[in-house]
Amino acid sequence: MWLSRKGVNVKIKELKTDVAIMKDVEVSVGRVFEETWAEPVGPTPFPSITDLRAWDFKLLQRYKPFYLPFCDVCCLCTMGKCDLTRDKRGACGLNMAAQQSRIVLLACSIGAATHTGHARHLLEHLIEKFGRSYPIDVGGISVDVEAPVTRLVTGIRPKTLGDLEEVLDYCETEVTHLLSACHTGQEGSNLDFESKVLHAGMIDQVGMEVADMVQISAYGFPKADPEAPLTDIGWGVADVSKPVILVIGHNVPSSIGIIDYLTDKGLYNKVEVVGICCTAIDLTRYSSSLAKIVGPISWQLRYIRSGIPDLIVVDEQCIRADALIEAQKIKAPVIASSSKNCLGLDDRTKSPAKEIISDLVEKKVPGVLILDPEKVGEVAVETVMAVAPERKKFKSIPEIEEVIKAAKECTQCNECRRACPNDLPIPDAMKAAAKGDLNPLAKILEDCIGCARCDSACPNDFPLHSFVVAVSQKNLIKEKFKIRVGRGAIQDIEIRKVGGPIVLGEIPGIVALVGCANYPHGGKEVAEMAEEFAKRRYIVTATGCAAMSIAMQKDEDGKTLYEKYPGDFDAGGIVNVGSCVSNPHIAGAAIKIASIFAKLPLRANYEEIADYVYTRVGAVGVAWGAMSQKAASIASGFWRLGVPVIVGPHGSKYRRMLMGRKDREGDWYDYDARTGDRVYVGPAPEHLFYAAETKEEAMVMIAKLCIRPADTTKGRAIKLTHYIDLHKRLYGVLPDDIRLFVRTKADIPITMKDEILKVLEKEKWKEGRIINIPTLLPRLIRKVKE
Amino acid sequence: MARAEPWQTAEIPGPMKAHVITKPAVVVAMIKKAERPIFVVGHKAVEIELGEKKAIDFAIGLAKAAEIPVVATAHIVGEFIKRGFHPAAWMPAMDIGNRLKDSEWNGVDGEGQYDLALFMGMQYYMEWLILSGLKHFAYKHLTTISVDRFYQPHATWSFPNMKIEDWNKNLEDVIRMLGEK
Repeated sequence: MWLSRKGVNVKIKELKTDVAIMKDVEVSVGRVFEETWAEPVGPTPFPSITDLRAWDFKLLQRYKPFYLPFCDVCCLCTMGKCDLTRDKRGACGLNMAAQQSRIVLLACSIGAATHTGHARHLLEHLIEKFGRSYPIDVGGISVDVEAPVTRLVTGIRPKTLGDLEEVLDYCETEVTHLLSACHTGQEGSNLDFESKVLHAGMIDQVGMEVADMVQISAYGFPKADPEAPLTDIGWGVADVSKPVILVIGHNVPSSIGIIDYLTDKGLYNKVEVVGICCTAIDLTRYSSSLAKIVGPISWQLRYIRSGIPDLIVVDEQCIRADALIEAQKIKAPVIASSSKNCLGLDDRTKSPAKEIISDLVEKKVPGVLILDPEKVGEVAVETVMAVAPERKKFKSIPEIEEVIKAAKECTQCNECRRACPNDLPIPDAMKAAAKGDLNPLAKILEDCIGCARCDSACPNDFPLHSFVVAVSQKNLIKEKFKIRVGRGAIQDIEIRKVGGPIVLGEIPGIVALVGCANYPHGGKEVAEMAEEFAKRRYIVTATGCAAMSIAMQKDEDGKTLYEKYPGDFDAGGIVNVGSCVSNPHIAGAAIKIASIFAKLPLRANYEEIADYVYTRVGAVGVAWGAMSQKAASIASGFWRLGVPVIVGPHGSKYRRMLMGRKDREGDWYDYDARTGDRVYVGPAPEHLFYAAETKEEAMVMIAKLCIRPADTTKGRAIKLTHYIDLHKRLYGVLPDDIRLFVRTKADIPITMKDEILKVLEKEKWKEGRIINIPTLLPRLIRKVKE
Repeated sequence: MARAEPWQTAEIPGPMKAHVITKPAVVVAMIKKAERPIFVVGHKAVEIELGEKKAIDFAIGLAKAAEIPVVATAHIVGEFIKRGFHPAAWMPAMDIGNRLKDSEWNGVDGEGQYDLALFMGMQYYMEWLILSGLKHFAYKHLTTISVDRFYQPHATWSFPNMKIEDWNKNLEDVIRMLGEK
């Protein structure tokens, strides 16, 4: 036996032995690790809500919260509403700073709970299907460290599906504690709320890792495969002459039920299966030939309204709450397949499939709830084949003539624009449409996030979002791109190859493009960032909607980025690891650099590994369209690990940044682990979490945030080359803070030497010190000076 | 007609909302009264067209007339320089917000914190949030003014929502009253 066990509590009423009689004996033992894993258990197995508080406070001391209250009041209890403006405190005693951090904690707890719940549902389903002893295998012999986050956090090394139950027990306990800290009269300190935010992020990473591990293992997704196949993505992927099933959401078993049913019955060329959001990504990991991806989360409404889907299956997370209403407009039946998203539909899980199919085909019900993935498969396929021929004629996108007619009636009240998150000039476009020029209206779609708040705001009840789609449809139908299927984990051998160059700075950084599609200017900016940094020989990784957006641009030869750049975790690669729950493969790669390349103990050794990642691994997350609470918790999981995250301008609505102050020299001293000296290391990385105003600003900041105190002079020179070059190109001037990152003259990029030396001389720069083993942790100092 | 309502309908503030600038003279008076004013200009200033000019041209005109240092946010410092104007500094919008919040900050010139900050040209919602941060956490030392086209409820003073022609005229008046240079 090797598996850890939770605390053991034994009560004995009476025990008689040869030597004594004992009464009312109670023995409690903490967590017991019964082992075959030789590595000793580190200092923080299954860390509690406060076990890593000291580490959190070190980060929060350097990266202080900058609060941007999204609401001036608190309305969470019945003593309120309370006005928290300025220094006022609410009826419970909480001030504005603590209230903002409390809301951030709520968001991150929701995110962590969502991923943990997702993992729990997957695990229960797969244990039922394959058994508890089904082996975990995310990469065969290429991956020995199969669960870097789980090993690091909990201290257990899972080998079978059953081993992960305890891991999720732990996550569920922690999320409950975190959520309870948000109750009135609990936590009062904003910094303690922030520490709990970081804890939520760490738990979230564990929950996500479990979810992806089990689906890779049991469903046979690509196992750490850099050459995972290319598959189709885009509006035009479906053969609309066939019945089309649209799947939306994140939790893939019911969609897999559809593919399995089609395969079992030999119907795979009779029905099209297309998906939106992460279910689509994961379904193509299951079958890259039978499943196709339409696009990111923001495409739900436009695709449903197009009338292309003949039947819609929704599972969980990020699904529009009005999916059923929209489906009814095109007469498409809906199957809800998650207990978390029942849509008010009758639970027909126990009904015979034929009965459900008949009810849907005869339109007795608009949809059904089926909590059995296999039954979803049968009902979806049989129903869609029956309803499609009749249903095909329905769509809710108007004809062009109707758009022009409405445009002529538009009163230019501006309510649509005032409701639009991106302040898009819809009234101007309507004015042009009234004169017959539809181009401005079509252009709206490029920057549209598909929320349809314009529809709701219009006093004339014009379906403005549909107007925008109607005038763009001719081009949309032609859109078809290639995306590399999510490969899953990073191989240990890849880590051995790149670990040294990353830590030494010769590979300038790892850029993780993740998150949702709440973009300020459409997905093209994400593709642009990906290509810029791949060309510069960074390692570019991607997940979720960002991974889709990267695919949806073509060069002049008609090639997408996934066709142009390899899928290796190496310099110049564009590495799609998978869906939202695949994000821990990116965190895991950073962790594995510490454990495999640097040979640091991994097991339950969170603080030391995070310290290593923070000071040495030049990685940065970019969630350009971050929208959800899950995106918040994913980001916070990276923060605790010492990886900074940049969000797009809408990310400012997360209402709190974690920002360094490069102008305060005293904030940037690390210990030299060899000597114990406190040494100025510069603002590297400068911020832990911040929202950039423009793509150009983000690109410059990506390069800057990859700088780390442990860079060698060669590595630092390479990183500075990219930072300075991008700054000059995008800002039109040299950066004003070069002196903070040049430790000695050897750090100066050789091609920029004269120019930079001139600047440094003017600013009276003095040479500093380079430390090879920087740390924030005094306990890691090897020899304190006498 | 000018309305003192947030431009983005759901961005409801309260209980404390910005005073509405009813005439350009208010801006001029505030600037003249300030001891350490600063002007924060975001990237949209190079996108927004005002007649034959861009908003950045008005920002430069105002900064020159009032002799206020400019902090260019995002990536637009080069656009100022192209026009022969050198901002006092450039930094991300979040950075200047964070520094303005700090009563101990010494300013871009090392001479101390500012007592008045004018804002123009960020995304509406991002400026809304930064002004909110300053309303709550910098109110003891800082007054804020939005000279954007749309009402920013978290500023201390803000123009109401305006037609672009009215905004153009207001900015021209402010510059004229400060004494165009």
